[in-house]
Amino acid sequence: MNPFDYVRPDDAAGAVATVARNPGAVFLAGGTNLVDHLKLGVSAPELLVDVSRLPLDEVRELPDGGLRVGAGVRNSDLAAHPLVRSRFPALAQALLAGASGQLRNAATTGGNLLQRTRCPYFQDVTTPCNKRDPGAGCSAIGGHHRDAAIFGASPECVATHPSDMAVAMAALDAQVRVQGPEGERAVPVVEFHRLPGDEPQRDSVLRHGELITAVDLPGSAPRSVYRKVRERASYAFALVSVAADLDVADGRVRNARIALGGVAHKPWRATRAEGALRGAPVGEQAFRAAADAELAAAEPLSGNAYKVPMTRGTLVAVLRDLVEEAR
Amino acid sequence: MTDLLRPRAIGAPLERLDGPDKINGTARYAFEHPVPDPLYVHPVQATIARGRIEDIDVHAAEDLDGVATVLTHENAPRLATDSDAELWVLQSPEVAFRGQLIGAVLAETPEIARQAADLVRVDYRREPHHVVLRGDDDALYAPEVVNPSFAADTRDGDPDGAEPAVVVDATYTTPMEHNNPMEPHATIATWRGGVLTMYDSTQGVHQMRSRLAPVLGLDPERIRVLAPHVGGGFGSKGTAHAHNALAALAARVAGGRPVKLALTRQQMFALVGYRTPTIQHVRLGADRDGKLELVTHDVVEQTSTVQEFAEQTAVGTRTVYAAPNRRTTHRLAALDVPVPFWMRAPGEAPGMFATESAVDELAEACGIDPIDLRCRNEPAVDPATGLPHSARHLAECLREGAERFGWAGRDPAPRSARDGDWLVGTGVASATYPGYKMPGSTATVRYRDGRYEVRIGAADIGTGTRTALTQIAADALDRPVSDVDLELGDTALPTATVEGGSSGLTSWGTTVVEAARRFREKFGHDPADGDEADGAMPEEPDEQRYAIHSFGAHFAEVRVNADTGEVRVPRLLGVFSVGRVVNPRLVRSQLLGGITMGMSMALFEHSVLDPQFGHVINHDLAQYHVAAHADVADIEVSWLDEHDPHSNPMGSRGVGEIGIVGSPAAIANAVHHATGIRVRDLPITPDKLLGG
Repeated sequence: MNPFDYVRPDDAAGAVATVARNPGAVFLAGGTNLVDHLKLGVSAPELLVDVSRLPLDEVRELPDGGLRVGAGVRNSDLAAHPLVRSRFPALAQALLAGASGQLRNAATTGGNLLQRTRCPYFQDVTTPCNKRDPGAGCSAIGGHHRDAAIFGASPECVATHPSDMAVAMAALDAQVRVQGPEGERAVPVVEFHRLPGDEPQRDSVLRHGELITAVDLPGSAPRSVYRKVRERASYAFALVSVAADLDVADGRVRNARIALGGVAHKPWRATRAEGALRGAPVGEQAFRAAADAELAAAEPLSGNAYKVPMTRGTLVAVLRDLVEEAR
Repeated sequence: MTDLLRPRAIGAPLERLDGPDKINGTARYAFEHPVPDPLYVHPVQATIARGRIEDIDVHAAEDLDGVATVLTHENAPRLATDSDAELWVLQSPEVAFRGQLIGAVLAETPEIARQAADLVRVDYRREPHHVVLRGDDDALYAPEVVNPSFAADTRDGDPDGAEPAVVVDATYTTPMEHNNPMEPHATIATWRGGVLTMYDSTQGVHQMRSRLAPVLGLDPERIRVLAPHVGGGFGSKGTAHAHNALAALAARVAGGRPVKLALTRQQMFALVGYRTPTIQHVRLGADRDGKLELVTHDVVEQTSTVQEFAEQTAVGTRTVYAAPNRRTTHRLAALDVPVPFWMRAPGEAPGMFATESAVDELAEACGIDPIDLRCRNEPAVDPATGLPHSARHLAECLREGAERFGWAGRDPAPRSARDGDWLVGTGVASATYPGYKMPGSTATVRYRDGRYEVRIGAADIGTGTRTALTQIAADALDRPVSDVDLELGDTALPTATVEGGSSGLTSWGTTVVEAARRFREKFGHDPADGDEADGAMPEEPDEQRYAIHSFGAHFAEVRVNADTGEVRVPRLLGVFSVGRVVNPRLVRSQLLGGITMGMSMALFEHSVLDPQFGHVINHDLAQYHVAAHADVADIEVSWLDEHDPHSNPMGSRGVGEIGIVGSPAAIANAVHHATGIRVRDLPITPDKLLGG
C-alpha cells in the first residue's frame, strides 16, 4: 500500500473539480472494492476524494412511476426500499444476492456499478494482466479462467464484470446520471460498461473526474426476477446470472427484457434472445430457442465452457418461472 | 484395563470457561499481546517457482521513512543448521517454490513495512518448474513411511490375481486444499538477553520451541513460547513454519525491540501447509452377497522438494475393510511447490472420500443396500493390525443413523425423487479415525489458598480444551470444577504434546489424571497450602493389546437443481462412536464443525495452483470458498452412549477430526442418488452436474 492524501469535499461539484484537476485522484465511496485494491497494490492513487457523505443517498419517485436512486444509497437500503421491492423486484433480488450483509451495508449504488473484475490475475500484482498493466499480457486465457467471459471477450482480456445489481439495472433499462467537469449527462446502463477490446484497462465510459450521482429506473417491472447461480449459497460471485422481465399476453411474449451476468466484461443484454422471444408462444420450446439464439454467439474457453449449458439452463428456468408466476 | 475415572464433572455440558473473555475481547490472541515499542515485519516472497536470486535490491525499501531494516539472504543472521529445510529461511539465494520467503522488512508501522516490501526488487535466474501432480509422473517414489509413521504400502493375499464376481474399479481425485482458521498465523518475537520470547498462534508451544531451538542454535530453555488463546488451526498451526523462523531472525536484529508478524490471508496459501492433491485408484471386489474379497487403494500425491510430507491417505481403508486380498500404496512426487502439512484428518479425510464412494458403487453393483453391505463386511478384528478393537461400533452407528435419518424404505434408484426443479437424493458413508495418544506430557497439581492449580503446557485452539481439561482435573481430584484453576499455553508450564491427531484431550487428560493421583497419594484429601505433585503420562499396556479407533456414520440429503447443477444440502446427520463424551456441548461443536468442513470439502474447497506461475491464485476467502452460513442448514449429531475401557482414564477418544471423515463421501453418494451422476473428483461443482 502506498501513502495517499484524503479529502472530503462538501458537494458533488467540489468533488468533481478536485478529481478533475488531479490525474492521481480517485473517488472513494463505500470502499468495499477500492480499499482491497489499495492493500493489494492493484490501485495506487495519490488522492482519495471521499464522496460517501455527499447528499446523494435518497431514493425519489419519478413522474413515470420510476425511481431516481442516489449514487450514495447503500446496497442494503436500496434492497430493502419498499418501492424497489414492489416495482423492481429483480433489483432488490440482485442486491440481496450480492456480497454479504456487512458489505451491502457499506457498498453504494455508484460504487457497485464501478466494481472491478474479480479475475484472480487482475487482483494479483505478481502476475501479468492487461487490465491492470496494459500490454503485459493476459494470464487468464492460458491459465485459470473458470469465471471468464463467454461473450464479447478479446485476445487482450476475458474478464467478467462482477456486479449483480448492474445486471438487473441493465435488464430494467436504467440510466446512469453522471456529473463531470463539463456538466451532466445520462448514459444507459447497457452502454455504461465497455467490452474489453484492446483497451481492457477501461471498464466504463466514465471520463476522469466524472462522478455518478444517480441511477434512474424508468417505469416499473413488478414481475421482474433475478436468478444467480453459484456454488455456495451466499457470498460468492455469480457463475452466471439472469435478470428478466417478461410481458406476456394471450399466450404470446409481447416483450422481453433479459440481461445476463457473469458472462461478459459488462452486464450482457441478451438482445438476440429478446428478439427470438418477441411474438413467440410461451413455452419450453420458445425459451430454449431464445437461449440458443443468444448462446450461438458464445465463445467459451476450455475452462469456462460449462457456462454455455449453465446459462441456457438458467435462462430457460427463469423464463419458465416467470410465466408460471404470471398464471 | 485402564482405571476409569468416576464421571461427575465429566459428561456435563459446561460452557467454555473462557467464553466471557472471548466475548468481551479480553482473551488475547497472539498478535494482540501488548509489547512496548514494537517493530512490524512484512515478508518478501519469491515470485518464481524455481531458480535463484541473482540480485536483490533493497535500496528503495531501506530509504523509506520508518523502515528499520530489510533482511535478505545477504544479510540475515546465520541459522545453526540446514537440516530443517522448511525453517532454513534467508540463508540461500535458491528458490524452491513460489511464495517462499526471501526477505523481510522491519518498520515502525505495518503499513510502512508492507509498502517497503513492495519496493524490494529481485532479479532471478529462472529454471523450469514442475508444479502439476500427474498420476503417471516419472518422478513418483515410495516414501519410507507416511504421516506420522505408518508403512507406505501394505499387502495381503493376491490383490492382482483375485477375480471376484463383482468389481468396482475407479479413480477418485481430491484437490489441493488449505486450512483457513479465523485467526491467521501470527507471532510476536522478542530477543533480549539471549532469550527469545514468542507469542504465537500455535497448536503446541513446546513443539514450537523444540523445532525452533536447534535451527536457532539455542538451548530450548532460552526460548519461551506463549499461546493462551488460539483462533483455530486445523493442523496448520501444528508446528513451526518458515514465518516463525523469520520472526526469530527479525527479532535477532531488532536490538531488543519486539517484532510483530501477522501473515496475510494470501501469504498463508504458500507458507503454512496444505492438504496435498490426491489421485486415488480404488478397486473393490465382492461376491454376489457383497462380501469383500478384494480391496486395493493406490494413492498418488505430492510433496515439496524442500521437505517431505507424505499424507497417509489409504490408512483409513486398512482399518475399515477386511478382505483376503488387499493392497494399499502411497507414491509421492516432489514438486516445486510449498510444503504440504496437516489439514484436519490428514489421510482419512481424502482417503475415505474415495473408499466410501467406491463402497457405494459396489453396493449399487451388487444390488445391496449400502448400509447392509457395510454391516456384512464388519471384521472381527482390526484388519490393519490383527488386534481386537477396543470398541468397534461402526455397525451401531450406521443402524442408529439410519433410524434417526429415516433411511428405511429408501428407493435406491438414482433420480427417483424430485421436488419441483430440484433432484433429491440421500447418501451414507462410514467414518473412522484413530484414537491417538501422544507420550511425553507432564502436569503439576498445586494446592494454594484452598484451590487446586493444575498446570500443563497444553493448547486450546478454540476447541474448549481449557474447559474440558478442567472437568477432568476436577474429577481426578474429586473436587468441583469451581475449585480448579487450569493454566495452559506456555512453555513455562510443564511439557505438553501437540494438539494434533485428535490426541490432545486424551494425552493431557491422562497426564492430569496421573498428576492428580500422585497428589492425592502424597497429600490425601486434606492438603496443606503449597503442596505440589507432578505426574507424567503413564505407559498404557492396553495400547499394545487393542486397536483404538473411533467410528461414525454420515447421512446426507442433497438437492441438485436440474437446470443449473447447483447443490444444496438441506440435511446432514452423523452418529459417532467416540467413547465417553467429556463435555457434550464442546463435543457437539467439534462434530458439527467437522461435518461442516466435510461439506465444504465436498462442494467448494479447491486451491487452484496455476501451472504457469506455480502458486495458488485463488488465495483469499472471496475466491477460496469455504461453506458459509447459508450453506449450513440442518445438521444433527449424536453419539453412542458408551465408554472406551482401553483408551484412557476418561474412557474417551478424540473428536476433533472424525467429523470431517466420510462426510464428503456421504454427500457425493447422495448427489449420485439424486442425479445418477457419479462425481469422483472433488469438489462437486455445478458444472459437473449440468445436463444430468
